[in-house]
Amino acid sequence: MTMAATAPPGVEAAFGAGGDGALAGLRWAVARDLRLAMRSRAELGVQLLFYVIVVALFPLSMTPERNLLATMGPGVLWVAALLASLLSLPRLFATDHADGTLEQIALSPYPLEALIAGKVLAHWLTTGLPVALLAPLLALQYYLDGESVGVLVAGLLLGTPILSLLGAVGAALTLGLRGGGGSLLALLILPLYVPVLIFGAGAVDSVRAGLGATANLSLLGAGLALALVGTPFAAAAAVRIALD
Amino acid sequence: MLEAHDLAGRRGHADLFAGVGFRLAAGEALVVTGPNGTGKTTLLRMLAGLSAPAAGEIRLNGNKVAPYSQELRSSVAYAGHLPALKDELTAEENLSSLVQLAGAPVAVPELRAALDAVALGRRRNLPARVLSAGQRRRIGLARLAVLRRPVLVLDEPATALDAAGIDLLAKLVHEHLDRGGVAVLATHQSLGLEPERVRSLVLGG
Repeated sequence: MTMAATAPPGVEAAFGAGGDGALAGLRWAVARDLRLAMRSRAELGVQLLFYVIVVALFPLSMTPERNLLATMGPGVLWVAALLASLLSLPRLFATDHADGTLEQIALSPYPLEALIAGKVLAHWLTTGLPVALLAPLLALQYYLDGESVGVLVAGLLLGTPILSLLGAVGAALTLGLRGGGGSLLALLILPLYVPVLIFGAGAVDSVRAGLGATANLSLLGAGLALALVGTPFAAAAAVRIALD
Repeated sequence: MLEAHDLAGRRGHADLFAGVGFRLAAGEALVVTGPNGTGKTTLLRMLAGLSAPAAGEIRLNGNKVAPYSQELRSSVAYAGHLPALKDELTAEENLSSLVQLAGAPVAVPELRAALDAVALGRRRNLPARVLSAGQRRRIGLARLAVLRRPVLVLDEPATALDAAGIDLLAKLVHEHLDRGGVAVLATHQSLGLEPERVRSLVLGG
């Protein structure tokens, strides 16, 4: 630390121990984004309402036949969860980019990857988690049995964080595009959501077929582990490119 | 303390400047002036570590620093055109959040004193949304005062400030230089800095 001779007091603390740096950065981002989300609760409500309405539209648009609905239910819930997650993604970095906060985030002594991981965690807590928790209620409309609902929720709990993580990379890559890049973001990221959709909805199907959900849920878990390791670095690189 | 050698800046395909160099010792300020579009902001963003120079190098305390290097991120306080404030948060929450993000310890009395010093003490619980452009700038000044980073990089810091605000800015820069910090300012305001501590750089001249 060559700064020591010239640095005024207080600066030293800025680059304290490297290890806690990541954790402190993560905590900062989660706390701030949750606080901002609480200040604009209406927006959160709109996203969840969107999810509820999309799920409710399907039974209305087809013959309310028990078996048909139970077969379609998991897929419909998953597609709606995916769309709900996508709905709030364009704003993940765009508002911070527009008001200059993203520059300060990138220049923070905390690792950018940790700060981004914190933002993604906050995004999941405000979209993915409520979507997973609401699923049992919505599943009632589709005549899903108890075990299927349990697997559906487990799948959503494992899968929705992957949606937020992959989405963060897309949101960072489309930063600074005219019109917020919302539609390009959807085109870019929806194909990457396909495996999550297949394994998530597949888990419920295999339970209904009597095969057990272990294989599908394990694959979702593996996908989550992979996304956790890789995506914060990719998103951080994309944010730095957007700021250059 | 802060040096630049032979820096070149490019924006897209346009060459903005080349061969820019300076050397600032502790307590000195660099004032960058020049017509619009000559690369003042580009140069300042390089010094803050936000973008890579097209050529040349930047040295901090003798060490060559790359964009986003840990040394730059923990020594430089950068204030750009955008105030980095959240409309939903109050003045005090914004300040506290930015200070925490910069890795500095947050002490509530210190934050309040800093807001008092920029005449926002009585408005600290108002959301930033209802503050005027000048008042928002003042939160930025309070942030710089609390952070006390050794290097200040300020892009048009006098924008939207009234006469009293500019005095506050001048006081902040003075105290910073007195403490042995260095400052790089892109501004056409004189700020009453003593000529012997100011180096000037005119871009596009």
